[in-house]
Amino acid sequence: MAFIGKDAVPLWHNGPSPGAFYHFPGNQYGTGGFQKSQSPITTGTSVIGIKFKDGVIIAADVLGSYGSLARYRNLERIMKVNDNTILGASGDYADFQCIKSYVERKILEEKCLDDGFSLKPKALHCWLTRVMYNRRSNFDPFWNNFVIAGLEDEKPFLATVDKLGTAYSDPVIATGYGAYMATPVLRKAYEENSEMSKEEAIELLYKVMQVLFYRDARSFPKYHLGIITKEKGVEIQGPITLDSYWGPAIL
Amino acid sequence: MALLTENGKGCLPDYEVQGAKKVSFSPYSDNGGSVVALAGDDFCVIAADTRLSTGFSIYTREQDKLFPLSNTTILGCSGCWCDTLTLTRLLSARMQMYKHEHQKEMTTPAAAQMLSIMLYHKRFFPYYVSNILAGLDENGKGCIYSYDPIGHCEKTTYRAGGSAGALLQPLLDNQIGYKNQEGVTPAVLTQEKAVAILKDVFTSAAERDIYTGDGISIKIITKDGIKDSSFALRKD
Repeated sequence: MAFIGKDAVPLWHNGPSPGAFYHFPGNQYGTGGFQKSQSPITTGTSVIGIKFKDGVIIAADVLGSYGSLARYRNLERIMKVNDNTILGASGDYADFQCIKSYVERKILEEKCLDDGFSLKPKALHCWLTRVMYNRRSNFDPFWNNFVIAGLEDEKPFLATVDKLGTAYSDPVIATGYGAYMATPVLRKAYEENSEMSKEEAIELLYKVMQVLFYRDARSFPKYHLGIITKEKGVEIQGPITLDSYWGPAIL
Repeated sequence: MALLTENGKGCLPDYEVQGAKKVSFSPYSDNGGSVVALAGDDFCVIAADTRLSTGFSIYTREQDKLFPLSNTTILGCSGCWCDTLTLTRLLSARMQMYKHEHQKEMTTPAAAQMLSIMLYHKRFFPYYVSNILAGLDENGKGCIYSYDPIGHCEKTTYRAGGSAGALLQPLLDNQIGYKNQEGVTPAVLTQEKAVAILKDVFTSAAERDIYTGDGISIKIITKDGIKDSSFALRKD
């Protein structure tokens, strides 16, 4: 032990260093006491959506996951924005609640103007894209994938925004694991019949939610439907319970 | 004992605590896409594929990546889609401000210089976009400007950019620039030939580049205005 090299074992490890109580990790770069770019905590899984003959329909289950723990079993992830727009969210639920309160305030302020105009789905989509891009540029993203559905000039509109502000519109949209498992089923159905009725669309989403429930470990057999049509305006249906057959899984 | 040596410092590692995991955040994503532009004596043609993707999944098969900035200028963008959306929005706002201030539309060379400045303005947090600007110059001649993400700008007569850029540029060098050929007399590029080469070039790119496919939208700029057309590519 005559020579103590630079790799010598410290005498006192993981405890208070002389003259200090404890080294807290993570603030050596000085973010001004504000922790940026967090990770999602309570999360919702996929949102799926499709256009049909004279409307749009989206679906999201009611589970709020805490990592692998199925923590909240009755969360609504689809919100009615106004009489021609709905918003569905996957990802961090707290961030969704934050955005939801912004949107509700926007709607209220607009109502107060009382000029007969209301926010259109394209405008909401554009605004959300700017909000998400702004937060990602400050390295403090809202950890969500939003799906915006609505009727714009009586035409169906379906679009999405992610946490970077990547935005696009498509007749078929699925977020999260749904992008891998639901999109092929939905796209095939849409290519075969792009003018499906509301009843056909509801039945299709039931089947797709079933597929997701069987394979997505963070999913739940209860879901909400957000439907928007010219005749009935916005309808939020649910919670709808999925049938599943796990017979072969029981030994 | 393996644990002791593994840690390197001769003590046991800390316990892995279950709970919230830190997820790394990157403000950029690669959404693919290719743009090709060819300039002739009195026209300019620019095309971009319509696939928007990330990794192995396709977001949409019908995303237009050509943005008309004026009657004689079109910008083709590929790369990080969220940056493309922001950049083009800012650009069209500045084009409109110029128009109202000067009572005329911005020329293509002026727009090209503005774009370069706007890109360099974000030098240390760049727009991750590969831009190709096509249009007609003051004399009505076709011109193309190509950029890197931080604003380097070069004027050319033909250019391929985006995910299949490196794949297509040598092909254009050979077919449009008559490079590495012996005993040929360069012919003047016609509109028909330009469009035919464009279609071939994209068909080839779709075979080898998974981020290029689904279809292309083509815009031909002449002094009479902009003509639109489209062409299908393989969708797998």
